[in-house]
Amino acid sequence: MKFDTPAGTNPIDRLKVVGKATDRIDGPFKTTGTAPYANDWHDPQAKLAYGVVVGATIAKGRIASMDLGAAKAAPGVVAIVTADNAGKLGKGKLNTAKLLGGPEIEHYHQAVAVVVAETFEQARAAAALVKVKYTATEGAFDLASVKDGAKDPGDVQGSPSSSSVGDFAGAFASAPVKLDESYETPDHAHAMMEPHASVASWDGDKVTVWTSNQMIAWGTRDLALTLDVPQEKVRMVSPFIGGGFGGKLFLRSEALLAALGARAAGRAVKVALTRPQMFNNTTHRPATLQRIRIGATPDGKITAIGHESWSGDLPEGGPEAAVLQTRLLYAAPNRMTALRLVVLDLPEGNAMRAPGEAPGLMALEVAMDEMAEKLGIDPVRFREINDTQVDPEKPERAFSQRSLVACLRQGAERFGWDKRGKPGQVRDGRWLVGMGMASAFRNNMVLKSAARVRLDGKGMVIVETDMTDIGNGSYTIIGQTAAEMMGVTLDKVIVRLGDSDFPVSSGSGGQFGANSSTSGVYAACMKLREAVAGKLGFNSADAVFEDGQVRSGNRNVPLAQAATGGDIVAEDAIEFGDLDKTHQQSTFGGHFVEVGVDVATAEIRVRRMLAVCASGRILNPKSARSQVIGGMTMGVGAALMEELAVDTKRGYFVNHDLAGYEVPVHADIPHQEVIFLDEVDPMSSPMKAKGVGELGICGVGAAVANAVYNATGLRVRDYPITLDKLLNRMPDAA
Amino acid sequence: MKSFTYERPGTPAEAAAAVARTPNAKFIAGGTNLLDLMKLQIETPTHLVDVNGLGLDKVEPTPEGGLRIGALVRNTDLAADARVRKDYGVLSRALLAGASGQLRNKATTAGNLLQRTRCPYFYDTAQACNKRQPGSGCSAIDGVSRQLAVIGASETCIATYPGDMAVAMRVLDATVETVDAKGATRKIPVADFHRLPADKPELDTILKAGELITAVTLPKPVAGTHIYRKVRDRASYAYALVSVAAVIGKDGTGHVAFGGVAPRPWRVEAAEADLPRGAKAVTDKVFAGAKPTEDNAYKLKLAERTLGAVLTEARA
Repeated sequence: MKFDTPAGTNPIDRLKVVGKATDRIDGPFKTTGTAPYANDWHDPQAKLAYGVVVGATIAKGRIASMDLGAAKAAPGVVAIVTADNAGKLGKGKLNTAKLLGGPEIEHYHQAVAVVVAETFEQARAAAALVKVKYTATEGAFDLASVKDGAKDPGDVQGSPSSSSVGDFAGAFASAPVKLDESYETPDHAHAMMEPHASVASWDGDKVTVWTSNQMIAWGTRDLALTLDVPQEKVRMVSPFIGGGFGGKLFLRSEALLAALGARAAGRAVKVALTRPQMFNNTTHRPATLQRIRIGATPDGKITAIGHESWSGDLPEGGPEAAVLQTRLLYAAPNRMTALRLVVLDLPEGNAMRAPGEAPGLMALEVAMDEMAEKLGIDPVRFREINDTQVDPEKPERAFSQRSLVACLRQGAERFGWDKRGKPGQVRDGRWLVGMGMASAFRNNMVLKSAARVRLDGKGMVIVETDMTDIGNGSYTIIGQTAAEMMGVTLDKVIVRLGDSDFPVSSGSGGQFGANSSTSGVYAACMKLREAVAGKLGFNSADAVFEDGQVRSGNRNVPLAQAATGGDIVAEDAIEFGDLDKTHQQSTFGGHFVEVGVDVATAEIRVRRMLAVCASGRILNPKSARSQVIGGMTMGVGAALMEELAVDTKRGYFVNHDLAGYEVPVHADIPHQEVIFLDEVDPMSSPMKAKGVGELGICGVGAAVANAVYNATGLRVRDYPITLDKLLNRMPDAA
Repeated sequence: MKSFTYERPGTPAEAAAAVARTPNAKFIAGGTNLLDLMKLQIETPTHLVDVNGLGLDKVEPTPEGGLRIGALVRNTDLAADARVRKDYGVLSRALLAGASGQLRNKATTAGNLLQRTRCPYFYDTAQACNKRQPGSGCSAIDGVSRQLAVIGASETCIATYPGDMAVAMRVLDATVETVDAKGATRKIPVADFHRLPADKPELDTILKAGELITAVTLPKPVAGTHIYRKVRDRASYAYALVSVAAVIGKDGTGHVAFGGVAPRPWRVEAAEADLPRGAKAVTDKVFAGAKPTEDNAYKLKLAERTLGAVLTEARA
């Protein structure tokens, strides 16, 4: 199905199932331990062996020699695979560094071997016996010190790395009120609960990999490329994922090494990364250095806005696209943005929840707060003044929907924003109390997505698509969509996900999954409706699917009856035209945060949070709210504690466990409220929905930072905002 | 993890003897620290002596009016003990500030005293660490050291003792009771129990090989307001950047020890006379001779301000 004109009225608009707050249909499997996560798989046909990954212990250089003797002789060892004996390996399109390193070492904990043994414990013990001698070479590990050598990275995510409108330099120079500030965000780890894990099993020249991966089609393609086999020889199965946040968008070492280990061992092999390996072996959100310049007239009209960002990655890697939202968020006649990239020899950078916008807004929305203060204008009002309904760089492109101001106004009212005090003036016992806000902004992407739906003789509707559920509720909204389309209740729908044998979906990432994959199910269900109507002798245009019946005029037939002679199967994909090019599709919100800062120790604790979101139709308000509060929680982490600590001499992330890399715990997160504006976006898809899973994090860091400023009168421009950055400037604690 | 053998002896002296006679043996109680370290091959014992079955799990009054806490009393139970809550509030609060509920249910009094540093270089066997591998060097001194010691460290090691419970025990003048392989017992003031690294950072404590902790005794309760204030980057389940254990009397005199700043709970009794003069007078003396790194110099200011907050709280 082509989607190239705005959606009109369609069966989804009935909202009998879609749009209702619905418990997740996979919940009982999870609470009863019957949802098989990757590491839970046991191939009943084959006696499983276990692989443990050996990671490089230098950041850059070469393997001088490798002694496998002791490891091979260790009890239970079945096989050891290294780059020397793995055979010819290619590289996945979306991998920067090789997943099996050697002799070249590109980053710390790059895999150099997998040791396969009869038991996990034997494999782990033997892995420690692999003796590798390295010749280390100098590397670049400190972004700030190599920033001046930055290069233009070329196009980023289909957009140019730089943009320029009007005369930024002239307008900024002559602006009556100016801000020119620099901001730093550190490297972040996805730190999801479930480590990367895969079980691989070969049947002849065909390999099946039970894994934890957000993007099945990317994964099978890249595993085939890396193994140098045709893609149809690779099957990937990933029905349940214990968190990904972008860390499981790509083929990673454990899947490749499970496949290689299984080939070498001649039997199924299970490989899970250790927690320390997750920090340096996989991908992370790269650190940024950002410079923002804003010029405005005294009445608060922005006349010039400039945003530059520097980040690093391995050779042939890409930048953190931290300036992209600045091209779209506020009006201004004169504008510039630029992304710059340096080579760093740290582990490879890549997407983490709201790549680009998350760190970009951590800078931009603090700059907006600072500018509002310079202008003496309320921060909410300042954003209203500079709202735009068109793409500021290409004014001929209107936003499909843009309710930013409505989000901010409603948020301000609900939060009691008018009670915000002057910086450093509000005290509650030992706490200095402050409020902060920020705009939330994240683009709405749409991707082709296919599904297969089957009606059986019992009236059950079975949906199959390689879409993944990363813990966010995909199963449920896909089930709701099929139920709505076929006029049945949710318990009449069976959803099967995450298998490369199913039609190729959008996958889960970039908050494109919910809207795209349900639209694919919509397309397949439209076909199924036609087939059912035909079977029952209805004109499909007139047929109404409702209450498990198909109705036209006076005739009413149970849906199941259509399949009495055999299952009816329909398959289709949603393919998006250029509505996302003629119109700018984005999602919006307002974040409001109250913090307390301990007057003596400068400890910062969040007291309450509110997000107001405008994301088109909300398919399942319950799971959408969970997504937003999860994003808000992650935003608090980014604001206050999350930082991969770089050892700039040794070239790796030092705090490589969950004791060292702190994320918020329950005690850090107080009352969170989420409000969704009641809106639909017919430009986005037949579902009229948009992404929401990443909007929740966008702007939160800045709202927290602005609240800390309001509480203390002290501005911190390098994240995370920890007490040591405030302490020397705190007033005497009386 | 390396393969190991395991035994459950019948008495404390047998346990001590079992560890003493087996090279590279270790006691195991709650296992909350040791098992993690074994999985990472930071600790590689070849033999474990399980002391969980030895009793040693009672909290009893002493003839001197104090409390004798068995080595195997779990942190949760100790924190909840009515006598501890009433008379040694600083200890109960310190325990509850540590780890998580699940860990406190397993962790024991003796094991908590023996928990090892959380220095990130100690936790990566590819990195130089004199504490883990004597003579290999110290990566932390010129590495990432925000969490690490500002005082009491040496040129070989700047690791901190990470715990909370022992900081409270230090301010309470607790005594560690042990038994050795020959059945001989001794009493070690908690002040002397953890050693400074000097040129032997691999030795965290003065315990001899095979010497088993059987109890910790607390002297008679000290009157005053008992406060344990732990400062950290998140609200729970994090190691202290700085902590203060204090017992402060109505007249402003009292006792104070600091955690998160040194290789052992850090207390300078001579500075306590200055408590009525305020925090700075005390911390100037307590931290005289401190050698912070650029990353952790903030701890000196933080210790002063945290003590200030504690004294304010005690007055309130």
